[in-house]
Amino acid sequence: MAKSIDVSDLDIYYGDFLAVEGVTIPIRARSVTAFIGPSGCGKSTFLRSLNRMHEVIPGARVEGKVLIDGQDLYGADIDPVAVRRQIGMVFQRPNPFPTMSIYDNVLAGSKLNSKRMKKADADVIVERSLRASNLWVEVKDRLGKPGSSLSGGQQQRLCIARAVAVEPQVLLMDEPCSALDPISTSAIEDLIHELKEQYTIVIVTHNMQQAARVSEETAFFNLAGVGKPGRLVEVGQTTKIFSNPDEEATEAYIQGRFG
Amino acid sequence: MSVDTSPRTTGPSGLGDGPSLKQPSLPRRTGTFTAVAAVLLALGFRALGFGWVPAVFLAWLVVVIVVPLWSTSVEGSRKAIDRLVTILVTSAFALAMVPLAQIMYTVVSNGASVMGIDFFTFSMRNVIGEGGGIYHAIWGTLLITLATTVMSVPIGVFTAIYLVEYGANNRLSGWIRFLVDVMTGIPSIVAGLFAYALFVVFFGPGVRMGFAGAVALAVLMIPVVVRSVEEMLKLVPNELREASYALGVPKWRTIVKVVLPTALAGIVTGVTLAIARVIGETAPLLITVGVSDSVNFNIFDGRMATLPVFAFNSIQSPGFPPGPSIDRAWGAALVLMIIVMLLNLVARLVSYVFSPKGER
Ligand SMILES: Nc1ncnc2c1ncn2[C@@H]1O[C@H](COP(=O)(O)OP(=O)(O)O)[C@@H](O)[C@H]1O
Ligand SMILES: [Mg+2]
Repeated sequence: MAKSIDVSDLDIYYGDFLAVEGVTIPIRARSVTAFIGPSGCGKSTFLRSLNRMHEVIPGARVEGKVLIDGQDLYGADIDPVAVRRQIGMVFQRPNPFPTMSIYDNVLAGSKLNSKRMKKADADVIVERSLRASNLWVEVKDRLGKPGSSLSGGQQQRLCIARAVAVEPQVLLMDEPCSALDPISTSAIEDLIHELKEQYTIVIVTHNMQQAARVSEETAFFNLAGVGKPGRLVEVGQTTKIFSNPDEEATEAYIQGRFG
Repeated sequence: MSVDTSPRTTGPSGLGDGPSLKQPSLPRRTGTFTAVAAVLLALGFRALGFGWVPAVFLAWLVVVIVVPLWSTSVEGSRKAIDRLVTILVTSAFALAMVPLAQIMYTVVSNGASVMGIDFFTFSMRNVIGEGGGIYHAIWGTLLITLATTVMSVPIGVFTAIYLVEYGANNRLSGWIRFLVDVMTGIPSIVAGLFAYALFVVFFGPGVRMGFAGAVALAVLMIPVVVRSVEEMLKLVPNELREASYALGVPKWRTIVKVVLPTALAGIVTGVTLAIARVIGETAPLLITVGVSDSVNFNIFDGRMATLPVFAFNSIQSPGFPPGPSIDRAWGAALVLMIIVMLLNLVARLVSYVFSPKGER
């Protein structure tokens, strides 16, 4: 089910503002790739360009190539809606739909698309997704309650359940734990470990330990200089990046000497 | 920085060993006492022979001067200013309530006398002098307002959706916003003349029909709907739209199934306020729908009575003796007010039922 992503020489713009420049990176299927780097270097921007969420912002565009299992993501005949069905996303701030119950939130992907489903099938999907996101035990007795009645950490896991319920091939996560307590964070890290059996996962994180714990590959992004666009400094095996990076800047960042 | 955990007294400035945090203050219920004292003072001045307005003003003046002075001497200037501003704000509120209460009182006391089964079940057909009712005018108002709403809400909501979801900040949406603002300021008589002129083109001079009135009212209602719905849609967090897009939901479904339901409570309130805005319009209906004594359920043919025009006409040409007609005018005004109040209640109910779950 999982797919690999090949990005070559990608420039990402907000209007005339070049936010990220010249990114070339292979992302392997069925593995976890972590993006690290200081704030504002374009990690979120780059992540959003991987499922065509970037262009949702007025004036935003990209130049370059993104291949998903060999298909050009930005090809003329590619439907962004179909892309997003296959490449799911979890946002930094939990954003469950306030008008929907927990149950409906998990099924939002099909409900909002008005897909008909037998109640029994829907129940199966809800339970499977909530179990996958380690939330089932906590909410199984109140599935009819609104999604916004949960705590922040639970809401974030609900959003992950919602994202995996549509069975995407790739899951993009933008600092999914930045607003969470350590227990919710470790629940989500466990989840990432389980999910990578089936999915290709890309996670942005500010937490070095987290990157080291969950990822196989790590990519370090940095600003080329003040007022210059962000760029990919280096990418490689997480163990290598954390022990013996090629670039001086990477080492400095990881050891906390700047950023 | 070393942490000092020993107990200490801190002054109001928070700088170590100053005076304690306790401060003298006026009795806890000073606010209530002030209000009571103000009322008693006003009654006192009245008893001394002042008129009502000077009595109330003098009482207010005494309170505004005495309470802050007393507070300054006991509590210090910060709390005194707090009390002064509280008094000013409260009296502004009270002042604003005066005309409202006065209107309610006048309408209820003048209109209550004609209330009765007959008043709601009879029209004015063949009625001279006493008796008769506003059955025909209630139906006219309800039908014309319904037609107005049916026209204005879709147009207004779709325009607002365009402005917020599609127009972003392009030039067209800038123009639409400008025109909507201009429309908001159109005097109702102009809307009436416009609708009349429009219908004359199709039906010839002298045309009168409920639908023409509905068109005139729609001209007044659409801008109000657009503006309030636009504000409501803007309040829907972008994160919800992005959450929906990220699940592979197309934009139009996102609008229909995420944005509109999230904003529904506010939209309903906005629409209700817009209806309340037009339901009492008189001038445009006088021109386009005219006056009638009988029931007419067909908004596409002929004159219809409506509550505001009925009230106007009953006062304007009361016949002889004028008494009963003027009473009926007040009665119609009271019914109009009750309808608007019921509308607001319904809107509250609807927005309660549809408000995002978890935020109740
Ligand atoms: N919606 C936007 N419009 C314009 N510029 C943006 C927008 N979002 C982000 N940027 C800019 O793009 C750059 C990268 O931002 P971002 O991708 O959010 O960084 P990161 O996620 O690494 O902290 C920043 O300079 C930021 O100011
Ligand atoms: Mg970010």
